[in-house]
Amino acid sequence: MSTANDSFDPSTTLWRDGRPVYDRRDTVCVVGAGASGLAAVKNLREHGFGVDCYERETSVGGAWNWRHDRSPIYANTHLISSKPFTQFPDFPMPDTWPDYPHHSQLLSYLERYAEHFDLNPHVWFGTEVVKVEPADDTSWDVTTRSAGGAGSERTHRYLAVVLANGHNWAPKQPAYEGLDEFRGQTMHASAYKDPKELRGRRVLVVGGGNTGCDIAVEAATSASQTWHSTRRGYWYLPKYLLGRPADQVNDQMQAARLPLGVRQWLAARTLRLTVGDQGRFGLPKPDHKVFETHPISNSQLMYHLGHGTITPVPDVRRFHRSAVELTDGRQVEPDLVVFATGYLPRFEFLAPEILGADEHGRPTLYLHAFPRTYPTLAVAGLLQPDSGLFPLVHWQTVLIARWLRLRDRDLARAAAFWSRASADVGKRWNRARVKDSTRHWFEVNHIDYLRALQSALDELSPATATAARSTR
Amino acid sequence: MTSVRIMRNRDWANPVPPARREVLTATPELPDDSKPPVLFVPGFGHGAWAYAEHWLEHAAGRGFAAHAVSPRGHGNSEPAPKAELRAYAHDVVQVAAGLPRQAVLVGHGAGALVVAHALARYPARAGVLAAPVFGGWATLGLALRHNLFGTLPGAFGGKVRVGRRQLFSRDLPEPVARDYLKRIGHASRRAQWELLRSRAPEEPVGAPPVLVVGTPDDRVVPRSALDRVAARYGGAPLLFPGMGHDLMLDARWPEPLDAILDWLEKGDH
Repeated sequence: MSTANDSFDPSTTLWRDGRPVYDRRDTVCVVGAGASGLAAVKNLREHGFGVDCYERETSVGGAWNWRHDRSPIYANTHLISSKPFTQFPDFPMPDTWPDYPHHSQLLSYLERYAEHFDLNPHVWFGTEVVKVEPADDTSWDVTTRSAGGAGSERTHRYLAVVLANGHNWAPKQPAYEGLDEFRGQTMHASAYKDPKELRGRRVLVVGGGNTGCDIAVEAATSASQTWHSTRRGYWYLPKYLLGRPADQVNDQMQAARLPLGVRQWLAARTLRLTVGDQGRFGLPKPDHKVFETHPISNSQLMYHLGHGTITPVPDVRRFHRSAVELTDGRQVEPDLVVFATGYLPRFEFLAPEILGADEHGRPTLYLHAFPRTYPTLAVAGLLQPDSGLFPLVHWQTVLIARWLRLRDRDLARAAAFWSRASADVGKRWNRARVKDSTRHWFEVNHIDYLRALQSALDELSPATATAARSTR
Repeated sequence: MTSVRIMRNRDWANPVPPARREVLTATPELPDDSKPPVLFVPGFGHGAWAYAEHWLEHAAGRGFAAHAVSPRGHGNSEPAPKAELRAYAHDVVQVAAGLPRQAVLVGHGAGALVVAHALARYPARAGVLAAPVFGGWATLGLALRHNLFGTLPGAFGGKVRVGRRQLFSRDLPEPVARDYLKRIGHASRRAQWELLRSRAPEEPVGAPPVLVVGTPDDRVVPRSALDRVAARYGGAPLLFPGMGHDLMLDARWPEPLDAILDWLEKGDH
């Protein structure tokens, strides 16, 4: 097995745009050392690849590391999926942790993962990727510089590139008429850190996603008045149903292979009996069936609505100097508006057409991972699952590693796989009718998506499994 | 058989409940970072104590951080009369993932089957299966032949009592053997049944090298079973004639352990 960092050969004579290119030959480049990047490094190493991982921050953890300036974490962030759906399948979280761990536990989990599998030596910390460009053949030229912009740029050539730069860091800023003249404070949820920022203030939280609901609940206990503005009705799932984590109950139904219609009926029935009629709380009726968009997992929202500490309001129509006008004509006067309006994926180091991006910037990928025309480029973790991300990204990166191995060993079979796979480019891994907004671009049903990964892995596996053993 | 298994609906919907586990540890005086931590897993009825007798200290003496876990219901771990095999494997993976670095898993007897299941869940540095009991009717047949009345209840979900001759060679002094026998408990009925039904373990994740160690004079594991397990992992068993089934307690305990540690050092796993 080759190890990273040992085959630097400064005498290489490759050039690009008048600058030298250092050839890293069979090494794979991973962009980002967050959860997805670490899984990619580990699984590529496990499949015998050398790996150079570039991380702009000085530590691992990506979005889950609250020290990072791009981290959207706030003091009270807890997971919204329970442990079995949150942990890497081959590195379980400790039994002693609660069902829904705190973000600080998640960071220590990622740090231990990196430590346990000895990944840190393969990560170049404080190094930012400036450009990723296809070289003449199927390899890639990756230009980096030290984060912060100081120092010179260096270009390395890699066998393949795995992008794991995350998709929850570039805030999607909403545009409203009159927002400029509004005298109160506004912030995107990504900038929200601690409930003390809300204390004693009148707060309007815009957005009905999981973050919006979490912040509304925090405001309910610290702000003097809380309005929660949502565009439409959602399904609010408590974190516990029938005495168990709700996602485990849901998977029990999926494991029984109940058809979607039956599950939707059962879930709607259960919610009706436990949560009750959302209309009574002043919420709009959901305009879609349960499981059609990923559910909001929040036990406390209903509680606070029932105690009057959160006032539900409809969508914002426009801003005035000192008030916010809502679509029903009402005006509210908050001191602080928090936009929990989500994030947009950004790959600023890559030409958009490489990922097959459409006019809105939405990439077109096979399994949300492989671009159509570049077999040695892959995106890890660009998913919005209805459960935890880590198990999905684990198998996704295993698939990437096996795919690259197969290309290396058996081009004919690789080509056969690719031609079949490219028919599925842009396919959605979700049976339900997902609402078409940027929020749902990458939405997948974890069962459907994992089944798709399983069949892709089965297709790639037999030969690679024996080949990997014979190299020992 | 597929090479990986992604879908584990049962574990997602119905995870193994937590249990308090006993872990015994021997740390080398001079920590050697080039050597991986080793986690020993005892067989049915045995606990971590079986390794604490000799193997832990000896492995630590050779520079390996050595740990032994008692799966739930064994040794001083929490009682678990209804535990399934997957709960034992869960206990092993939990302890392995809690170690600072990627560990080597060593299982003995039915503990080797537990390790084989754990290898499908956790990418171990390497796996060692010592006198592996992978179950099935042949194992029952041999056990009945050597110890009819001790084994018979097991076939009907009762407690199995193993005999002195099954576990130890004549070299082990009688009082010592009797003392060990007294400490041996039993696995849950459910796990015994699962052992009998012998569901084949899945393919290991991360393609770890696997070594099979045993003795031709084992009265629990037939020679054919040893060969079969070794062949499954692409090798032949390493044999230590003249020893009983309990390799870590029998009189000549250093030989198999030194062979295992040599294999780990040589292979640079």
